[in-house]
This record gives sequence, C-alpha cells and structure tokens, in this order.
Amino acid sequence: MYFDSAADALAMGGHGAFVWGAYGITFLIVFLVLLRPVMSIRALNAGIRQEALRKQGAQVAPENAS
Amino acid sequence: MWRIVHQFGSPPWVYGFCDRVIPWLLPITVVALLTGSVWGLLFAPTDYKQGDSYRIIYIHVPAAVVALAGYYVMALAGLVSLVWRVKLADTAMRAAAPIGAAYTAIALITGAIWGKPTWGAWWVWDARITSMLILFFLYVGVIALFEAYENKTVAARACAILSLVGTVNIPIIYKSVDWWYSLHQPASIKFTGSSAIDASMLYPLLGMIITFYALFALLMMLNLKQSLTEEYAQSAWLNKRLTA
Repeated sequence: MYFDSAADALAMGGHGAFVWGAYGITFLIVFLVLLRPVMSIRALNAGIRQEALRKQGAQVAPENAS
Repeated sequence: MWRIVHQFGSPPWVYGFCDRVIPWLLPITVVALLTGSVWGLLFAPTDYKQGDSYRIIYIHVPAAVVALAGYYVMALAGLVSLVWRVKLADTAMRAAAPIGAAYTAIALITGAIWGKPTWGAWWVWDARITSMLILFFLYVGVIALFEAYENKTVAARACAILSLVGTVNIPIIYKSVDWWYSLHQPASIKFTGSSAIDASMLYPLLGMIITFYALFALLMMLNLKQSLTEEYAQSAWLNKRLTA
C-alpha cells in the first residue's frame, strides 16, 4: 500500500472528501444503471410466467368441469 | 458470414447470447471495478504536482473515453436501423443511450470534483467541458425523443437521425483541447511514441479503461435483454424459454 496508515489514506493529503466523494458518486451511478435492467427483467419474467400459468389453467379448467 | 449477420438480427439468438454471457461478465466486471479502484486509490503513487486529488483520474478518464466510444455504438446502431430497417438495431440504439448518459454524467461530475482542488473552480465554460455537456444532452435527447412519440417506429427513426447528426460533436470533443486554449490538459496516453505518464500510473489506468469497456458491454446486454423481454413477452420462443 502507498499510504502509511488508514487515516492517511482517508485524508488523501487533504483532498479526501474530493477523491472519496468522486468514487462514491461513480459507484452509486454504476449501481443504479445496473439495478434498473436487472429489476425490470425480474418483474417482466414474473409477469410472463404468471400469464403462462393462467393460460394453462384456463385450458385445463373446462375438462375438469365436465 | 451471412449466417453471422443473420444471427445478429435474430431476437431469440441475441437474447440467448446475452443470457449466457451476463452471468459470467457481471461478477468479472464487479471484481475488476473494485480491484482497479483499490489499486488507483491506495497502491498507485501520488502525483508530485497535484498530490492525491489526481487519483480521480482512474474513474474520470475511463468514463470519458467510453462515453465517447459508446456514442459510436449508438450512432452505428442508428445508421443500421435507418438504412436496413433492422428492428434489433433500434433496440440496440436505445440500449446504448442511458449507459452513455450515465458515463458522461460520471465524467462531468468527477471532472467538476477534480477541478475544484486543481483549478479552483467546479465548472468552467471550457471547450472540452462544454462539448462533453452537449454529449450528455445528446444521450438524454435520444431517450426523451423516443418517449415523446406515440408511434414507436417514427420515434426510432427520429432518434436514429438525432444520433447520426450528433456525431459531429465527437471530433469536436477529441480536438477541443488542441483547437481552443483550454484549462483541460491534452491526452497523456499516446498510441504512437511514449506516453507522458509513468508505468506505475499507466497500468491501473489502462486496467480501469478496459474495465469500463467491459461494464459498457455488460450494461448493453442487460438493457438489450430487458427490451427484448418487454417486446417479445407474447412470443412463443420467450414463453418456452421462461416456463421450461
């Protein structure tokens, strides 16, 4: 490691807030753009599976009724 | 050759490709991103002139480089969509826009944060910075334009034209530091001749540039998969895939 202590690394020679802040914001943006399609795919897939089950049920139901 | 071209235009094939690659690319990219950040933040040496604030370079430069490269992806997809009317090409064009906007935002925000301790100002209306802001508006413009039209075929065509016209901005961004007197420094990494940056700083920087490209590819596949799932929710091939 380049720094002598964790406190030194945190301080970044007086520019700690700038450096860590820049990395923090970057990781937040990356996390959000990753999360958006992942959550959307999950929700869409659940909808498609449910719809498929419903159709299957509708096909089976008339036979059960007779 | 034609078989490959045909596959790229086939939604089930592209969906399957994304589905297979994402589980590998996602963990690799996350690990590379964390490793590269720790390398740049804690292990690379301090700059003799700027001190530790220079460490922002390891996210600022990769984000800016890939934000520009991403524009080519979007414009090229727009061209294919306009000329050959390939539906998948306008899906790809729309997949690239939010990623490009996010990368440009990262470049602008980290640039502002870097500018404060280095230049003494968060923002200056400098050629490089202003042309990057225009790039951000172009990306956001493509997203907004697509939403503005009720008819999505017309929307896709308008977006393709906007992204093609916006290509004019790309050489301006590249050349801005040479054409105008600018606070922003010119490129330190050169493909020909020696770079103006030491190997101990160059390697983590190159590593982060490659990682940001990989992240772009990953996000592109995720967005494509998302759009295809939405567009083909009623199709037999997707239903078979998901319920099998």
